[in-house]
Parts: sequence; C-alpha cells; structure tokens
Amino acid sequence: MSQFGINIMFVGGSFLIYILIAIWAKAGSTKDFYVAGGGVHPVTNGMAIGADWMSAASFISMAGIIAASGYASSAYLMGWTGGYVLLAMLLAPYLRKFGKFTVPEFIGDRFYSKNARLVAVICLIVASLTYVIGQMAGAGVAFSRFLEVDSTTGLIIAAIVIFIYSVLGGMKGITYTQVAQYVVLIIAYTIPAVFISLQLTGNPIPALGLFSTHIDSGMPILDKLNQIISDVGFNEYTADVDSHLNMVLFTLTLMIGTAGLPHVIIRFFTVPKVADARWSAGWALVFIALLYLTAPAVASMARLNLMTTIYPDGTAAEPIEYDNRPQWVKEWEVTGLIKFVDKNEDGRIQLYNDAPSFQAEADARGWKGNELDVNRDILVLANPEIANLPGWVIGLIAAGGLAAALSTAAGLLLAISSAISHDLIKGSLNPGISDKGELLAARISMAVAIVVATYLGANPPGFAAQVVALAFGIAAASLFPTLMMGIFSKRINNTGAIAGMLCGLAFTLTYIFVYKGWFFIPGTANLADTPANWVFGISPLSIGAIGAIVNFAVAFAVSNATEEPPVEIQELVESVRYPRGAGQAQDH
Amino acid sequence: MSGHNYDAKEYWKANLRLIFGSLIVWALVSYGFAILLRPMLAGIPIGGTDLGFWFAQQGSILTFIGLIFHYAWRMNKIDEQFGVSEE
Repeated sequence: MSQFGINIMFVGGSFLIYILIAIWAKAGSTKDFYVAGGGVHPVTNGMAIGADWMSAASFISMAGIIAASGYASSAYLMGWTGGYVLLAMLLAPYLRKFGKFTVPEFIGDRFYSKNARLVAVICLIVASLTYVIGQMAGAGVAFSRFLEVDSTTGLIIAAIVIFIYSVLGGMKGITYTQVAQYVVLIIAYTIPAVFISLQLTGNPIPALGLFSTHIDSGMPILDKLNQIISDVGFNEYTADVDSHLNMVLFTLTLMIGTAGLPHVIIRFFTVPKVADARWSAGWALVFIALLYLTAPAVASMARLNLMTTIYPDGTAAEPIEYDNRPQWVKEWEVTGLIKFVDKNEDGRIQLYNDAPSFQAEADARGWKGNELDVNRDILVLANPEIANLPGWVIGLIAAGGLAAALSTAAGLLLAISSAISHDLIKGSLNPGISDKGELLAARISMAVAIVVATYLGANPPGFAAQVVALAFGIAAASLFPTLMMGIFSKRINNTGAIAGMLCGLAFTLTYIFVYKGWFFIPGTANLADTPANWVFGISPLSIGAIGAIVNFAVAFAVSNATEEPPVEIQELVESVRYPRGAGQAQDH
Repeated sequence: MSGHNYDAKEYWKANLRLIFGSLIVWALVSYGFAILLRPMLAGIPIGGTDLGFWFAQQGSILTFIGLIFHYAWRMNKIDEQFGVSEE
C-alpha cells in the first residue's frame, strides 16, 4: 500500500471514530453527560480540555520552533502549562460559582454595563480570530503534505474541512468526542517519539532520553547536538538567551494569555462543582503535560536526525549529494515547504547558518550560502520519515495533527460565533431575535471568520505557534486582567474595567501591528521585526504582559477616580468567592 | 453568607494566603530557576546540560502539576473547615 493510501486510511479512520461517537452520544441523552449537573468526571473533563487546548500550535508547530532555537523557546513549554496554575487559582473556581456561560456575560454582569460586555466581545473576537489564523496555517501544512498538494491548496482544503466540521457543530459540544481526539493525538505524538528515543539513546521515555547518552557517539545527546550545529555556525542548542527580560515577558504573556482564552475558560463553567473546577484544571494539565514533556525531546532529536541526514559523514566532511537526498525530502519538496537551491553548484546540500560570524569558514569551504530552506512547521510531521519509521506511524501522525488542528479551530469558531450571535446580537443589538435567527447569525459569522482566517493564513505573520502566541498576547492584555479584577477587587467599576480593556488591547495591538503589519496584512509593517528594532528588546510576542500591566493600571486609576460599584455588585463579588450554593450548571 | 461574615473573611484570607504561597513557587521554578537564576545553577550538570535547562523544559511543568493538585486538595480542606463547601 502506498504512503498516500496509508495516510488516507488513518485520517479517514480517525474521522470515522469521531463521527460514530457523535452519533452514539446523540442517540443517548446528550444533556446527561455534557451538562455539568449530570456529572462529567474531572478526569474526563480534563482530557476534553486537553484536546480543546492542544492545537496545531502545540502538536505541529511547537517542537519545530524549539528545534530551531533550543533553550530560547522553552518559554512555549512553561507558558502554555504555567497558565493552568493561574486558571486553577485565580479564575476557574469563581467563574464556575458565578454560573454563566460566556466570558462577556460575566464581564457584562460584574461590571453592570452593556458596553463592558461589548468591549469584551471585541477582545474575544480579536484574540480568537488571531488564534484561528495560526490553526489554519498549521492545518494547511498538514493537508498539503498528506494530500501531496502545494501549501495554498492544502490551506483551502483545510478551510473547507474546518467549516464543515464546525457547522455540523455537534461534534465539538460532546465531551466524549474530544476524549477520542485527545487519545488519537497523544498516541500519534508519543509513538514516533518513543521509537526515535529508542533509536538514538536506547531509553524508551523521550523525556528521559533527552538527557541520556547518544548511542552512536557516546556523548550526552544535547552535547552531541550542540557540537554538530555549532560546527556549521548555529548557536548552541542549550545556549542562554540574549535578553532575559524578553524571555520572562514572553513566558508571562503565554501564561496569562492561557488563563484568559475564552474557549478554555468556558470548559470550567460546565463542571458539576466548584471543587471539580480545581481538580479539572489539575487533570487537564496532567494530560497536556504528557505532550509537553515529550515535545522538547522530539525537538532536539529531530534536529539531530536532520543534521546527521544532511551530514552523514560528520560536519567536517562534505554534506549529502542532492541526487542522493532521502525520500522524505523529495516528498516535502512537492509542498514547497522544503526548498533547495544549489548556490555553489556542487550538487551537494549545504545546510548551515548564513551569518557573518560563519562567513570566513563558509568561504574557506567554498559554500555560497545556505542551500536548504526547511519550514519549521513541518518538523513534527516529517519527524517519523526523517527517522525512517514505518509507514503506519507516518499515517498516525497525520491523523493526530489534524485532530489537534480541527478540534481547536472548531472550538474557537464556536466561541467567536456565540460571542457575535449571543452576546452581541441577542444581548445588545436585537434582544428579540428568534432562535432561528440567532443560529443563522452564528453560522454566517463562522463563515466570515473562516474566510478572513484563510486569507491571512495564506501569508501568516509567523509560524503557526508564533501566530498563536500573538493571540495569547491579546487575550493576556484584555480579558485576563479584567476577569481577575472582577473577582479579586470590589473597587473596580464599570468605567475602570472598560478603560482598562480598551487601553490594554489598543496598546498590545499597536505594538504587534507595527512589527507584524496592520491587521496582519502583508507589507504594512512600519518597522522590520528584528531584535534591533524592538523597544527595550521586547518582541511583539512578549508585549501582552506589558499590555496586561497597562490594563491593570488604567482600570485601577480610573476606578479610584470614579464612584464605587453599587452594593449589589459588591455582594455579587462576595458571593463568587464562596463555593457554597453554586447550584447546577445550566444547559449550554 | 449572612451571619458568617467573620468566617467568610477568614476563609477568603486563607485562600489568598494559599494562592500567594503557590504563586511564589510557580514563579521561582519558571522565572527563577529556568531563566533568571539559570546562570547560578549552571554548575549543576544534568545529562549534557545544566539544571536550569532541565527546569525550563521539564521541571517547571512537573512542579505546576504538583501545585494545582496541592491547591485543590488544600482548598477542599479549607472549604470544609469553614463550612462553605457545596453539599
């Protein structure tokens, strides 16, 4: 059977499982196990949160980014897990006690203002839409490889599949479908990693293999990797970063963004009890950690395998001849995501760091520029092929990557469409709208969101994980501070909250757009996105943390200059702090 | 909550204390050991690299899991102690 056939079989098979579960679940009483009162166990809920959470960014893109920059990208690992600590302690239990179902609804009630709710809707849409762009970029890469088409065609196919998937809707809403998606994606991620760790270090647990001895060289694997890549001019994998400030802010941005993303917060509204909201966050992190502890091992081992493929006889010898390139390079060339240009016309693939610091050595070896351009987003997907693993492993990882991208994209699109139809139209513009009208508005907004995301996903402002990181910055600066102040302060009033959200959002977006292009439209950036141009060396990916500080400061100052919130609002704040009397969660 | 105002205040203080303590550990392992204090930990080798690198890519994540479960367990005790837990 051809690899193409195997891929189709695995992807098709996994989709069939999701559909069957959806049908089985519908046949029973959907309400029983989705609605919190019926009792979704915290472990089950944690697994569903894991599937919702781990997207194309975590699955497809993150390890590729870590592989390229090593220690410097640890911020992704700490940021996307550390946020659950904040969620468990600062938001989830109290929002569960409050007992409403959308984030703008809480903000509207707590700050007794329709305008606050509207501003929250805007923040939610901007953050979620940016997040969807990242998903589209990742899903596009996956489809282009497995259907063997170029990356733009892959993206359009991804958009169509995500649209159908989201409009059918039911699948997303059902916890057990997400449990199945979690199982598919974690198996798909772990199996190749175990094989590769065994090949390279003899240790079957990738997280331990990362710190073990490389069998071929007898050196610790990270030492070996440092040596090979520094031989061809790259920074050492474990090297420290230039700016600790930027790394701290980036990690903080990802952490508070995690706690501020509406599609994750929503999951905690539907657990049976306040105590379960706390346990659910813990279990979610356990299931997320299974992937996140493996990802750094995947990253370093894939980088090592890539380097030894190109330099089979060591970095001192000449690299591999283009005509002898492995099959996986040929297959990825079809997608345009691997490009080879024989700059010095010697028929060999020179892969090295095209930097001034390495110029002398490159000249001495007759190299006229780096000749192999590998898109970072392909690394996890190509990983089993690079390691010569059997065809079924490659098919499996295809199914896993698509499960990750689809489940999250669908969740986000639902968050966007419910914000528009429920919070914006029904809550404000046209309260008398019929259920049918509300549903139609939801579908139209979903379609518009996909078209916008596809257009911008064709020329994404970064690799999938980086685009997603921007979404976290936006959520960090706008929603998280307002939610937190709504619970931990009785003094913050409507005017303060609105001013805080607007300033945090405007500040963060402006900083991002200046470097990434206005509204992410290619060619509209004011300054080149390089460390030399960044203010105090703070990258646009890291600015959300500063935006959050702006939000806190403005809300505090404005609230103290204006009158206290009414007594009933102060009592509302009091009541969300105590678990007693949480009552049943309502039907979603 | 009426009639239990004193307890309610104490309950909230106990919660804030627990959160504060947890967040100190949270910041120490991630911003501390993994980033700012990494140069100081450079002398402690772990399989080809140093302890700071391990905290950045493994240790902090494991600590976060411990922190959440500890918080959930302690808070449930505190809920019971102050009589605010759900029936």
